[in-house]
Amino acid sequence: MSEAVSVVPSVRPEPRLQLLGISKAYPSVVANDRIDLTVMPGEIHAVLGENGAGKSTLMKIIYGVTRPDAGEMLWDGRQVRITSPSAARSLGIGMVFQHFSVFETLSVVENISLSLDERVPLAELAPRIRTVSEEYGLPLDPYRLVHSMSVGERQRVEIVRCLLQSPRLLIMDEPTSVLTPQAVQTLFASLRRLAAEGCSILYISHKLDEIQSLCDKATVLRAGRVSGIANPREETTGSLAELMIGKELPACRMTPRTPGEVRLALHGLSLPSDDPFGTDLHDISLTVHSGEIVGIAGVSGNGQQELLKALSGERRLDQAAAVQLCGVDAGRMDPAQRRQIGLGFVPEERLGRGAVPALSLADNALLTGHVQACGTGMVHRGLIQSGAVGSFARKVIEHFKVKCGGSSALASSLSGGNLQKFIVGRETLLAPKVMVVAQPTWGVDIGASMLIRQAIIDLRDQGVAVLVVSEELDELFMMCDHLAVIADGRLSRRVPVSETSVDRIGVWMSGNFTDRTDATPSTGVRHHVPA
Amino acid sequence: MTIDDLIPFLASTAGAATPLILAATGELVTERAGVLNLGVEGMMLTGAVAGFGVTLVTGSATLGLLAAMGAAMAVALIFAVLTLSLQTNQVATGLALTLFGVGLSAFAGKGLAGQTVEPLPRIFIPFLSDLPFVGPLLFRFDGLVYAALLLVVAVGWGLAHSRPGLILRAIGESPDSAHAIGYPVIALRYAAVLFGGALAGLAGAYMSMVLTPMWVEGMTAGRGWIALALVVFATWKPRGVVLGAYLFGGVTVLQFHGQGLGLAIPSEFLSMLPYLATIAVLVFISRDAHTILLNKPMSLGVSFRADH
Repeated sequence: MSEAVSVVPSVRPEPRLQLLGISKAYPSVVANDRIDLTVMPGEIHAVLGENGAGKSTLMKIIYGVTRPDAGEMLWDGRQVRITSPSAARSLGIGMVFQHFSVFETLSVVENISLSLDERVPLAELAPRIRTVSEEYGLPLDPYRLVHSMSVGERQRVEIVRCLLQSPRLLIMDEPTSVLTPQAVQTLFASLRRLAAEGCSILYISHKLDEIQSLCDKATVLRAGRVSGIANPREETTGSLAELMIGKELPACRMTPRTPGEVRLALHGLSLPSDDPFGTDLHDISLTVHSGEIVGIAGVSGNGQQELLKALSGERRLDQAAAVQLCGVDAGRMDPAQRRQIGLGFVPEERLGRGAVPALSLADNALLTGHVQACGTGMVHRGLIQSGAVGSFARKVIEHFKVKCGGSSALASSLSGGNLQKFIVGRETLLAPKVMVVAQPTWGVDIGASMLIRQAIIDLRDQGVAVLVVSEELDELFMMCDHLAVIADGRLSRRVPVSETSVDRIGVWMSGNFTDRTDATPSTGVRHHVPA
Repeated sequence: MTIDDLIPFLASTAGAATPLILAATGELVTERAGVLNLGVEGMMLTGAVAGFGVTLVTGSATLGLLAAMGAAMAVALIFAVLTLSLQTNQVATGLALTLFGVGLSAFAGKGLAGQTVEPLPRIFIPFLSDLPFVGPLLFRFDGLVYAALLLVVAVGWGLAHSRPGLILRAIGESPDSAHAIGYPVIALRYAAVLFGGALAGLAGAYMSMVLTPMWVEGMTAGRGWIALALVVFATWKPRGVVLGAYLFGGVTVLQFHGQGLGLAIPSEFLSMLPYLATIAVLVFISRDAHTILLNKPMSLGVSFRADH
């Protein structure tokens, strides 16, 4: 290995990691174009950029998953070639992936054991996982199987697995997207502590306020190139966003509006979970009117998955009247029958439930668009009208600015944000009467998020009843008329957004619903805003 | 049935079950790594002819068994190169491998028909084999009967508790994730396919060197396919393979007795019995969706290409 790096005597510490002119081209796109990046020891360094800006490719190069076409990497001032993830780990680089690389059929401790280079017996590893996870406020049961865990909980596995390796550089790809506000604060506290101990952190996120409160420095990428390096604390959200998307930050517009008739009603819905580790639903009642957006807040794993399955029809109920769609008792109906009545559904998992990865966008459009009631003409007398399917898919792509290789591109070839735009667009253009959306902007960058939120608000303005299940409170406060909270399988009453606060919803999220007469909760309340 | 009937019954059952256990355990390991090799029948035949031929020429059963494993591994290697390195379709390649094995073994075995070798010696364990009743019942088999059972225990324990087993399950579930944390997916899948080949070869050799110590063209008569089915119906758990294999062996022997007794049931129906009984029982014990979810290798049969 060449060590031809000249040693410059200096009082400044050597950068922990330095990238010089890193380039990587794929057949259809230049993902990274001569990227320079310098991370100092103990620095929390943000990498900002829209979907497709090349952040993930750059991180994969640093972690040794992907090899660059050109460029140099210096680690502690010495030139290195990181050819594999285990080489990266032996240097002290840990990574929390955006698309989690966890194994569903294995337990937490088995998952973590696989990514540790030292061989620790599982019986010794389990208590260490418990200790570290509690220390950093990310509690985990080491023997639980991952397939039964929610997205938020799976992310904890990824974070804890990196923390166990005592990393010197920790790469975090969108780590807070599924945490409660309180959990984000805990995570930040632990990240700051890690940084104070000398660990460098590369923090990829689209949440500008988070970057401003956490990061010392930011490298902004746009279309594969560095578009700016900034100190986020000295920038405004607007100026950072401008560096990132090259224009001003779009905003959602939402005007008050009088809701119409009840379109979706849940009456005393109780449902034992079909998953041994799931959450049972208890006596859930809720109404959503035409022309309003009702948000359901809550920490992942509190019954959201079960509730969404009961709404979509993936799980059929015994009592037909427990779920009513447009006045029809729909509890016993399957998903296709519910769509026939006018239900649109955007699930949490884009690949696998929202779209079939190996099918083209046109075929994915057909999957939900074949329903006659939608009037898209995709199916005529049992035969697929490929012309209508293609033009519908192209309409979605055009209206929602989906970046892709046309309607014949495979769903798996799209980035998360673009696929989400396509799925939301598909459901929207099918003209639903009731729309249920789970995690509308999870892992989606700021520009695309605003577009998706605006599309959902526009649906409401057209008189659709919208139910949004999200773990991002900012988002719910931005786009909802009413909010309810799910905790431990129970649903709070709904309150108008204008009459509540983030703090109060935060308390409800811990399962402590204040009564209709507003008995003051006993613990953990900073401000209490009476309704 | 008296004790005198029970001894030959159990001996024939173990004989019929052992090649199934060997082949199915090998295939189970291959499938747990995410590779579906439908060429078991072809690999068994290759092993059968190689084992028989080498034993006949050298007079050494040990050399014969080694040759059987080696020959079947060579055939498995062809499959591995095609499906893992060249990314061909696993189902089509596996079917082709069976056809290839049938032809290859028939060709190589041309001069071997009509001859016979000394079957593997039975193992007499001092004291245990001399026990009344239990001794002849349980402790007078050839070594491979015991070896197959020990192998199942070892594979079952290894898959559940050892690190290589954990890595193997991880690769079978999500090769992309395994690759992302740095495991050599392709190399490990090669190893799993070769392991499956070696055991299929051994299973074939057991048939040509022990059960009917002679070479007959196509002598495995579909046992490779049964082994494949056993793996699926046992929900990829070694325990289920043993149960299924002994059940199959037992019912096979029973229906022969049934035919011998002249039951008023057409023999064709009796011949179907082992297949139906095995599948019915295994479906019954493995119908729990949760068990399938936890044990089925999710990437089974899907090609993996590392992206660089």
